[in-house]
Amino acid sequence: MEQSLNVPTMAECQASGKMPEVLFWVGCAGSFDDRAKKITKAFAKLLQSSGVSFAVLGAEEGCTGDPAKRSGNEFLFQMQAMMNIEVLNGYGVGQIVTTCPHCFNTLKNEYPGLGGNYQVMHHTQFLKQLLDSGRLKVSGGSFRGKKITYHDPCYLGRANGEYEAPRALLSALESELIEMKRCKSRGLCCGAGGAQMFKEPEKGHKDINIERSEEAIETGSSYVATGCPFCNTMMTDGVTAKGAESKVAVMDVAELIAKAADL
Amino acid sequence: MGAWPNLSNIIFALILTAGVGYFTYNMRRLIAAIKKGRPIAAVGDKKERWRNVLYIALGQSKLVKRPVSGLMHVLVYIGFIIINIEVLEIVIDGLLGTHRVFQSIGPLYGVLIGTFEVLAVLVFLAVVVFWLRRNVLLIKRFLSPEMKGWPKTDANLILYFEMVLMGLFLMMNATDLSFQQMNQGNWISGMIYPLVQNWSPEQLHMIERICWWAHIIGILGFLNYLYFSKHLHILLAFPNVYYGRVTPAGQFENLDSVTEQVKLMMDPTADPYAAPPEGSVPEKFGASDVTDLTQVQLLNAMTCTECGRCTSECPANQTGKLLSPRKIMMDTRDRLMALPEEGSDKQLLDDYITREELWACTTCNACVEACPVSSDPVSIIMSMRQYLVMEQSAAPSELNVTMNNIENNAAPWPFNQQDRANWINE
Repeated sequence: MEQSLNVPTMAECQASGKMPEVLFWVGCAGSFDDRAKKITKAFAKLLQSSGVSFAVLGAEEGCTGDPAKRSGNEFLFQMQAMMNIEVLNGYGVGQIVTTCPHCFNTLKNEYPGLGGNYQVMHHTQFLKQLLDSGRLKVSGGSFRGKKITYHDPCYLGRANGEYEAPRALLSALESELIEMKRCKSRGLCCGAGGAQMFKEPEKGHKDINIERSEEAIETGSSYVATGCPFCNTMMTDGVTAKGAESKVAVMDVAELIAKAADL
Repeated sequence: MGAWPNLSNIIFALILTAGVGYFTYNMRRLIAAIKKGRPIAAVGDKKERWRNVLYIALGQSKLVKRPVSGLMHVLVYIGFIIINIEVLEIVIDGLLGTHRVFQSIGPLYGVLIGTFEVLAVLVFLAVVVFWLRRNVLLIKRFLSPEMKGWPKTDANLILYFEMVLMGLFLMMNATDLSFQQMNQGNWISGMIYPLVQNWSPEQLHMIERICWWAHIIGILGFLNYLYFSKHLHILLAFPNVYYGRVTPAGQFENLDSVTEQVKLMMDPTADPYAAPPEGSVPEKFGASDVTDLTQVQLLNAMTCTECGRCTSECPANQTGKLLSPRKIMMDTRDRLMALPEEGSDKQLLDDYITREELWACTTCNACVEACPVSSDPVSIIMSMRQYLVMEQSAAPSELNVTMNNIENNAAPWPFNQQDRANWINE
């Protein structure tokens, strides 16, 4: 057990009358998945070290409804959305940052039509902003000169046009960024989107995450950086299936920065 | 030249009327077919939409992302449009019995025709390369199962049409004795002329006439072929790009019909036993057939060029799954066109598009990004998933478990919502 991070909930903030500048939307994977929790903690530490006042919803947070919507269950999606919007609006939340591109996309694009209007950022965008304003210091540390390839999450890249913020952070690590052949707007999906994360894939000759992991391994990089907990799972599984886990580590951009700073 | 109008002017006018008339008739049928879809709300962002028409449709900005086929397509497109200025002259000549009526504009005429001739050769060559790509080089995206049969024939017919039309244009100029003797603008046909210059003037005139008639009849034929072909995209690409999405690709539409119901469910003052108003038909959620789709979705399907860039970028298709976004578009179009004959004996779901295809989509939007005419296969897949889940409760069983979890404990996995912040102290 590590030392407690001392992250307040919105309810606690409200009780003490000190509302934070930003709400950290943790998401289901970030809350419950053991691997994704490490991303959550890494990002929380970066926020703390940058002096950002933030809070989480804790038990008041619920699934954004993204997997339900992409499964075709619009009812369940809108139920989730309206419950979340009620909570968010209740606290008067203005700015949200999240480590999950699916939550990011849903909160940013699909909640406004249902009455939830917030300034929503993906954590790589938020970190980039902190870097630019000098609040976050990024140095290479153990990653200096290391080869890193970046896998674009579909819901950050193609879905919302953000390709540069994560790359800017990686270059701040003084690493050697090696692009895969299919990158940015032509990046190959990891196979988890559209609720595929929660079901077996359809019949085919290969799993999508294997195809993508092979491409990542071929770059000869020591690290595969991602910005999505689901991509992280898929790529980790893919790299392991190819027996390359001793040579290639799959890490979130936030984890790389936190590790470089020894947080 | 005889008195006007002579027999050939009258025949020309009749052919022109028939050609344009039948085309107009089919375009009206096409519009009626698209209007079978659900109407869409008025679209905003007019400025951005016109900008898209300028860049994506007219400028073919998405097409040239694959430079080889893209640039050749631009060449054929520009060439074909510019050369067709010549059609205007042909129509005036045909109706009035004049010969090369624009010649009176002076030396510029030679420059114009010369340019047309060069473009005709370039178009011809590009079309030959296109034919080779489809029939000899065996490029993967032209070999998918949905490209067997008519789609393959259709693609080749278009190429033959263009080869023949370009050939006729050059041959017509080469055998036009007065045009060759003027020696202005016969930049290419002047090279063909030596091959035929020993023929008698009568022979040359006859061949010139045959080429002239075949050329204009060919163009009218091609115009009327559009309705039956993927070549329809040369017209529909413009409205299709205009109506293409201008919001982020990840933003899926929220169904208003569902919003009403959810608000009612969450409203503590709502009467749970309230009967729906007399005569009201409950709205169908999602799409099982083309008439459940929106007019924009149907326009997307009718515009499909069958280029297969979507399918070649699709992660599901690349890993051997049944899903091919191009097939989704082609099936939607084919069902819409077959609607008058098939009626309700068939529907889009199951008879055309299988559930296996629908569930293989990761909604990654690679197909949407790749589409050179801004069509959106994902939106059709989503509409059909909505029907499967909300009307038929026919989601794959693992997804039912996921959705139950979300409903019961606000996460796709069976964890307690109270434990969401446990990571803080772990």
